[in-house]
Amino acid sequence: MAFNKCVRLFTSSLKTNIYRVSTKTRTTRSHFSAQSLTEGPTFPGAQTTWTEKLEFVSKATYPPIPAYRVMDRNGDVINKSEEPQLDKSFLLKMYKDMRLLNTIDKVLYESQRQGRISFYMTNYGEEAMHIGSAAALTNSDVVFGQYREAGVLVWRGFTLQQFVDQCYGNRDDLGKGRQMPVHYGSRDLNFVTISSPLSTQMPQAVGAAYALKGTGRVVICYYGDGAASEGDAHAAFNFAATLECPVILFCRNNGYAISTPIRDQYRGDGIAARGPGYGINTLRVDGNDVLAVYNATKLAKKYCIEEQKPVVIEALGYRLGHHSTSDDSTAYRSQEEVDTWAASDNPPNKLKLYLMKKGWWSEEEEKKFLQQARKDFMNAFSAGEKKLKPKWTETFEDVYKNMPPHIK
Amino acid sequence: MATVKNTSNLLSLVGKSLNRRSFSVSKVAAAKQMTVRDALNSALDEEMSRDERVFIIGEEVAQYDGAYKVTRGLWKKYGDKRVIDTPITEMGFTGIAVGAAMAGLRPVCEYMTFNFAMQAIDQIVNSAAKTFYMSAGLVNVPVVFRGPNGAAAGVAAQHSQCYGAWYAHVPGLKVISPYNSEDCKGLLKAAIRDPDPVVFLENELLYGVQYPMSDQALANDFILPIGKAKIERPGKHITIVAHSKAVETSLQAANELSSKGIEAEVINLRSLRPLDMNTINASVAKTNHLISVEQGWPTAGMGAEILARIMESETFFHLDQPAVRVTGVDVPMPYTKSLEAAALPAPKDVLEAAKKLLKVK
Repeated sequence: MAFNKCVRLFTSSLKTNIYRVSTKTRTTRSHFSAQSLTEGPTFPGAQTTWTEKLEFVSKATYPPIPAYRVMDRNGDVINKSEEPQLDKSFLLKMYKDMRLLNTIDKVLYESQRQGRISFYMTNYGEEAMHIGSAAALTNSDVVFGQYREAGVLVWRGFTLQQFVDQCYGNRDDLGKGRQMPVHYGSRDLNFVTISSPLSTQMPQAVGAAYALKGTGRVVICYYGDGAASEGDAHAAFNFAATLECPVILFCRNNGYAISTPIRDQYRGDGIAARGPGYGINTLRVDGNDVLAVYNATKLAKKYCIEEQKPVVIEALGYRLGHHSTSDDSTAYRSQEEVDTWAASDNPPNKLKLYLMKKGWWSEEEEKKFLQQARKDFMNAFSAGEKKLKPKWTETFEDVYKNMPPHIK
Repeated sequence: MATVKNTSNLLSLVGKSLNRRSFSVSKVAAAKQMTVRDALNSALDEEMSRDERVFIIGEEVAQYDGAYKVTRGLWKKYGDKRVIDTPITEMGFTGIAVGAAMAGLRPVCEYMTFNFAMQAIDQIVNSAAKTFYMSAGLVNVPVVFRGPNGAAAGVAAQHSQCYGAWYAHVPGLKVISPYNSEDCKGLLKAAIRDPDPVVFLENELLYGVQYPMSDQALANDFILPIGKAKIERPGKHITIVAHSKAVETSLQAANELSSKGIEAEVINLRSLRPLDMNTINASVAKTNHLISVEQGWPTAGMGAEILARIMESETFFHLDQPAVRVTGVDVPMPYTKSLEAAALPAPKDVLEAAKKLLKVK
């Protein structure tokens, strides 16, 4: 939805971009000299050096990429110079939006269990990835989500009623009841409608970023550790690098692709290690530390705009909920493992501790806020449930821009 | 055009017909009942124990027992070597399966849904289907691609598409679209033993449904022939041809027609490629009327193919009325429950079409 808007807005810049890319290709053919080859390796495939020692380059050749953090698990800032200077109201919005997301998840998850909606996916454990990255961007930056990015919408101002209406597919649903629950989309918020097939959003995000080159806007593309195994992920990385697109390829590495653990998903140093392999500047960040995610995304956006090049961010975290209402995660991981993460490294709790130490939040305020949030959401929920479904004739709209006679 | 009219009838009658849906299994109630899921599971189990070359590959098929539990217990029984969980890449694991088949193994490649096999369709069509031909018969590809196909419930456009006609279009592939537990067991075993690539299209909504299994069907050597349709219900006034879940829709319509004195012959296609035209032709020669029923879209669908073949054959002269198609509505599947039901053929639509053809009220 939002994508159409972008395409309209930016087709004017496409011609110049194509020109720019093609001149670049021409100027990079520089190693070749007509007379002779220089002493160093001059192969077109890599700019490198010679060695006479035969040995494998392995995972152990390089140390793992460290995970950047600002806070420790108790919400204490480790290095004061890394603390982003955010004002109280901004930080409180971050925190409240995380808790609001939890409230939405709780009610909609239960409503699926009660058979009121057919499907739902919670966001537990990934709140900081959503809110930290969303807060570092502006609403004019385009979001290509995978499906578990409701927090980004909360930050951007998607209303509680809009969440409910989508999940119920009622007549006020922006998606006209066409899509499964959680497949949100908002043209106003530059959030491209979620598409079920995994990773298709990745090359699309790169394409959108290509269209946005030079406009001062960036694209952020969210994907999971599992999605990064799809062929589309490779295409996205490689095209982002070679076409020099201002896109942030933000991996939410939560440890599980439905039931598939990391060990069965990849054997390298996570997703981050792939970035430099494609020639893309890369950051690895503690996905449970909202301030770290914020700093990383802020830096990524600055780089994307100044250099007109992509950035890979890998946020490491832990999916506290089931993958979706279609699985029971205790079949492939222990409840104890989940509980340990929930208790000792919990994204909203970490920010809460940080805020409380600053004297900006208290248990009383928390209690009051949560009560109000639940009340507000329940109001939206009952209203959404009562609304009529879309009229059946709407089924025939939007198959084509101009409705063909046989559908009329 | 008939389709469009039928579907608009359907739209107004959805609520009622949904409530009336029921499974007609009474006449063989004495036989052992088995769910479609268990039938598929036993077919896999039996073939794995019979032939060491058979293995299963796909997402979540091992430790998690499969997204829809079709492979339940097989990883525990056969281990990592025979039941393989893969990273998320349909293109990747389909390529692995095709390669393994080229090298002499018998892979069964599971997709969480056939909608996701779109990521791998190049491997299925350009590699699996064409390699035997393009290698001049040197390399055959005995692989089975299986998983749920078509509409489930409340999963919208990108999870609710019927790929029957897509794969049936491709020479080199065999395409099976089974209906009940016997179909699933006998045909999956045949697919695994087949020397060519077979696309095996299951239906998610039928996984949990129990159907009677004859003693024969329960046996280890129960095999159904690929390319042979089954007359699910004999009749003399009108022929209804369907595959997968649409067989159920057709049987329900046939029951209602029966109460009006109309005996419909319901043909369960079982295979979409090869298509058993002999059974259809013989039936139409007897009934002189034909309706095709499918959940997929009308354009270039299975119904279109069947009607065209009738037109090209001598059977055309047996028709008293032009044959009609009852299909899914020509739009992507909507999510909202009422719209979803309206987009699929219901018994009422088949009933209306039959009454119109036979000119009865």
